[in-house]
Amino acid sequence: MEAVYSGDMMTLNMGPQHPSTHGVLRLELKTDGEIVADAIPHIGYLHRCFEKHAENIDYPGVIPFVDRMDYCAAMNMELGYVLTVEKLMGIQVNNRVRCIRIVMAELGRIASHLIAAGTYGNDIGSFTPFMWCFRDRETILDLFEETCGARLLYNYIWIGGLMHDLKPGFEKKVLDFIDYFEPQVDNLNRLLSDNYIFVRRTANVGILPPELAISYGVTGPNLRGSGVDFDVRRDEPYLGYEDYDFEVAVGKGDYGPLGSCWDRYIVRIREVKESCKIIRQAVAKLTPGDVRESVPKRVRPPAGEVYMRSECPRGELGYYIVSDGSPKPYRVKVKSPCFTAMSVFREISRGAMIADIVAILGSFDIVLGEIDR
Amino acid sequence: MNPQEVCALLTEKFAGKILDSQTDAVNPWSAVEPASVLEVCRFLREDSRLSMDHLELLGGVDYKDRIEVVYVVYSMAQRHRYTLKCRLPREAPAVHTVESIWGVANWHEREAYDMFGITFEGHSDLRRILCSDDWEGYPLRKDYVFPKIYHEMPV
Repeated sequence: MEAVYSGDMMTLNMGPQHPSTHGVLRLELKTDGEIVADAIPHIGYLHRCFEKHAENIDYPGVIPFVDRMDYCAAMNMELGYVLTVEKLMGIQVNNRVRCIRIVMAELGRIASHLIAAGTYGNDIGSFTPFMWCFRDRETILDLFEETCGARLLYNYIWIGGLMHDLKPGFEKKVLDFIDYFEPQVDNLNRLLSDNYIFVRRTANVGILPPELAISYGVTGPNLRGSGVDFDVRRDEPYLGYEDYDFEVAVGKGDYGPLGSCWDRYIVRIREVKESCKIIRQAVAKLTPGDVRESVPKRVRPPAGEVYMRSECPRGELGYYIVSDGSPKPYRVKVKSPCFTAMSVFREISRGAMIADIVAILGSFDIVLGEIDR
Repeated sequence: MNPQEVCALLTEKFAGKILDSQTDAVNPWSAVEPASVLEVCRFLREDSRLSMDHLELLGGVDYKDRIEVVYVVYSMAQRHRYTLKCRLPREAPAVHTVESIWGVANWHEREAYDMFGITFEGHSDLRRILCSDDWEGYPLRKDYVFPKIYHEMPV
């Protein structure tokens, strides 16, 4: 959007305490009336220096710390870390472990996307979808709690296996939930996605062109919202995702230019349905087995380094681990998807209205715990 | 392209500027002379055989005798990946910025500056990003001493 500035600028601090920043984030807005000439994000309010912590603990001990980075999708966070260490050590896990991990990762994805959709609606001004999404997410948290005892921060996926096997009857409960949940997605579409007010607030706002998105390392649903057909689960499969039948959801620009806030939002809703398909297939593939079969007694990877990425709900989560052969990692570097998504924010918010800043920020679905680490 | 081919292409194009390579590792890499980083990165991005348009990771590693900057690059079109490394002295590590090639490098380099004290020459906005502006020291260096007091408050 081309904006005409009068030249009379006012600096406005949005945050660090602001309901629509989804955490502790400060946006320094240079405003000219209602138009934002520049929006500078200031991050780091939740910085705990996870990477320094990780250098002082043994490999399995790092898992609870990675849970606390993206607390909305802790299963996917620990899955990425565990896969990276397993790649460095050359550990293969059995079919049961792979299938359970996929079920957990996809349930985590649904739970996380429900938060994204619900809070986004809430940011824009519709309250009911928020309650609907949190109601359904609660069932998923109950399933997690039943399996590993925790609702949000699990430490369930271990290097070489899992903490426990599933409780008897878990499969039926998951399938019952999916049967119940799939029609709820259509209800959510009727209530929020195709709602005239919601579309008008989001469909022409925050356009992110595909080239800019790739240059700024935007990944996951935010990248697919710009029409780039790329998903690590399909294009660089891990855990046997290549054997699953699912579509990669991309934005199509249904209500306006491609790459708008609405496109990024709807990709998540479409992905939730694909996750349901994957969970059904993974439950069907479950075979008996020992989930701790390949758990090593001592985790001491050979000296070397490894980079691996996995598809977490907010994009590609990459871990770069350097090992010197000791029981503690020499260096753990996390490539956080929200960090890179946030770096493009300044580019696409120039010339937007102040109210649209909330719409653009919400559409990226950021979690500050993961940006700041 | 597989890592061996990428490595061969780089060694041929930049003879003498590629210091070391390892293509049979879990994560194949080449070490580049610090003065040529910008040139090599531009080649990786713009050559049609490579077209590495996605900078997946940029970060520092402190090896006690040197500091390394690691660049993991990926091509969205051709689906291949390669790792570049750049070895810098621990005293006053400095390398040219690559933000003109990949936009995301801006924030990644700020983080590497914040955590390791690596200066990125020509960077448009080299400030601390995660720590507060008046923080002292570089936390991810191996010889970092944890402060006991910050602004007269015990940490």
